[in-house]
Amino acid sequence: MEPFYSSRGFKATKEGFAEGLEQMGILYPKIVGLGADITASVGMDRFARSFPERFFSLGIAEQNCIGVAAGLALEGLLPVFSTYGVFSALRTTDQIRISLCYNNLHVIIGGAHAGISVGPDGATHQALEDIAVMRVMPNMTVLSPCDATQTALALKAAVEQCNGPVYLRYGRSPVPDFTPPDLAFRVGKGQILHEGNDACILATGHLVWEALQASYALAQQNIACRVVNLHTIKPIDTELIAGCTARFPFLVTAEEHQRSGGLGSAVAEVVTGCPNPVPVVRIGMEDRFGESGSPEELMEKYGLTARHLILAVRKMLR
Amino acid sequence: MEILQQKALDIRRDVLLSLSEAGSGHTGGSLGMADVFAILYFHQLKYKPTEPLWEGRDRLVLSIGHIAPVLYATLAHAGFFPKEELCTLRKLGSRLQGHPGRDHGLPGLELSAGSLGQGLSVGVGMALAARLKNANHKVVVICGDGELQEGSIWEAAMSAAHHRLDNLVVVVDRNGLQIDGKTVDVMNPEPLKEKWEAFGWRVMETNGNSIPDLMNAFEALWIPAGKPSCLLARTTMGKGVASIEGDYRWHGKAPDAQELVSFLNQLQ
Repeated sequence: MEPFYSSRGFKATKEGFAEGLEQMGILYPKIVGLGADITASVGMDRFARSFPERFFSLGIAEQNCIGVAAGLALEGLLPVFSTYGVFSALRTTDQIRISLCYNNLHVIIGGAHAGISVGPDGATHQALEDIAVMRVMPNMTVLSPCDATQTALALKAAVEQCNGPVYLRYGRSPVPDFTPPDLAFRVGKGQILHEGNDACILATGHLVWEALQASYALAQQNIACRVVNLHTIKPIDTELIAGCTARFPFLVTAEEHQRSGGLGSAVAEVVTGCPNPVPVVRIGMEDRFGESGSPEELMEKYGLTARHLILAVRKMLR
Repeated sequence: MEILQQKALDIRRDVLLSLSEAGSGHTGGSLGMADVFAILYFHQLKYKPTEPLWEGRDRLVLSIGHIAPVLYATLAHAGFFPKEELCTLRKLGSRLQGHPGRDHGLPGLELSAGSLGQGLSVGVGMALAARLKNANHKVVVICGDGELQEGSIWEAAMSAAHHRLDNLVVVVDRNGLQIDGKTVDVMNPEPLKEKWEAFGWRVMETNGNSIPDLMNAFEALWIPAGKPSCLLARTTMGKGVASIEGDYRWHGKAPDAQELVSFLNQLQ
């Protein structure tokens, strides 16, 4: 059997963010960049080099960055601010709530270093609660693309398809880059990347690749598994999830995030509203902090690999 | 000068009327800042009440959203909306939210705000935008002295000086009081002048309840200095109503019907 998708190689999603932002900067003079130090580490450096007159260094002062972004947006500019998600989403939560969301301003917040695949930096720098906090904010859109190619498209969509605040989550470590560049990115619309009738995995971020690997392995065992990429966590694709609920005896969700409040919770919220709800098995971090280690070691230790998804599907099918 | 004094008096009267009608709200700070608002909206700032989003207007950001009543009364007197609407303050469906909320469509509001410590950052963003567009309007941010206890204020102060935003002015309502008592007792923010100067700002001090002093201060403030400017405006909480002047218990309280009569009489 041919693999469902083949990787063009490993590429960090932050590279996709950096490339996408530079392209958008060329197309849209209204885009301004805000940096809170660590600009190279989060993929803001290319924009800063290409458009120095539209890039503002604001230092390690993330709360101020959000307010400055609000002020720029009120004047018709489109600010893109990124730093590690633990800072851009969590240190600044009240500023995001009032200055951005209550004012409903078109600002793009990058959440870099998402998940435990950050690796050796350890728990302090691994964003595992950002989806939960960002998705409960009124007016907020939450995007979590699955590879570098899609991250560039997500940034384009955040510019062209959104009018309010957007949180765009991406990662540090190189991951397989596999989505076709012409795969359309519609905010709020999930993507069925592989079809199957026996089981269904809904994943977000880097775990979409793991879900595809799981699906491929399951196919060898004559288990046909649908794989859905939910690159938009808010607004969640209610229609698609309801369709999965009607068709499959259970759903499995997968994310590099706490099991509480993230993609799995968002899916479960939709499923419980369906006429015939089904069990939702949520794969994610089990109410724990991460730690230092290589990305591969950590994904294995915390149960976030294709192997763990296969086990979850097989257990439910028994 | 007399016209401005009369404006301040009219604003104070409408602040009291709207707060009394609302039954809750922040009387002390609203009265204390009436002179600053009178001079800003009737002498200093450029704006068009019939065209609230006019590109050339000066921007006023109220970071201390809880003194919204003085902003609302001033905007009504400036012609942004009918004065009758002031009596809807804090009521269901009103455009005059307890703290400013742009989502309710009140003309003249630049920002929804009320969580302390955020407005100065927004002002920094507006001032950067003005520079990018080569626009020459001013950005004025109103902060409280208690609010300066928020760390994010100093992040904003640092960034404004770093980017040499000489189109940005912060007015600090220095009434020395906050809900729990004297600001110096709750958490001493002094020495304020030295702090702002150390952060790279031009600092001026004035009596924030004196129209002539305020006028002199603002004239000096608009002279570009290559850096942002801070006006420490010493005000008296509850100014204009002698029986509550300087009484921190009136920070977050509205007059009842009986008190209203007494307060209005004292305003003369």
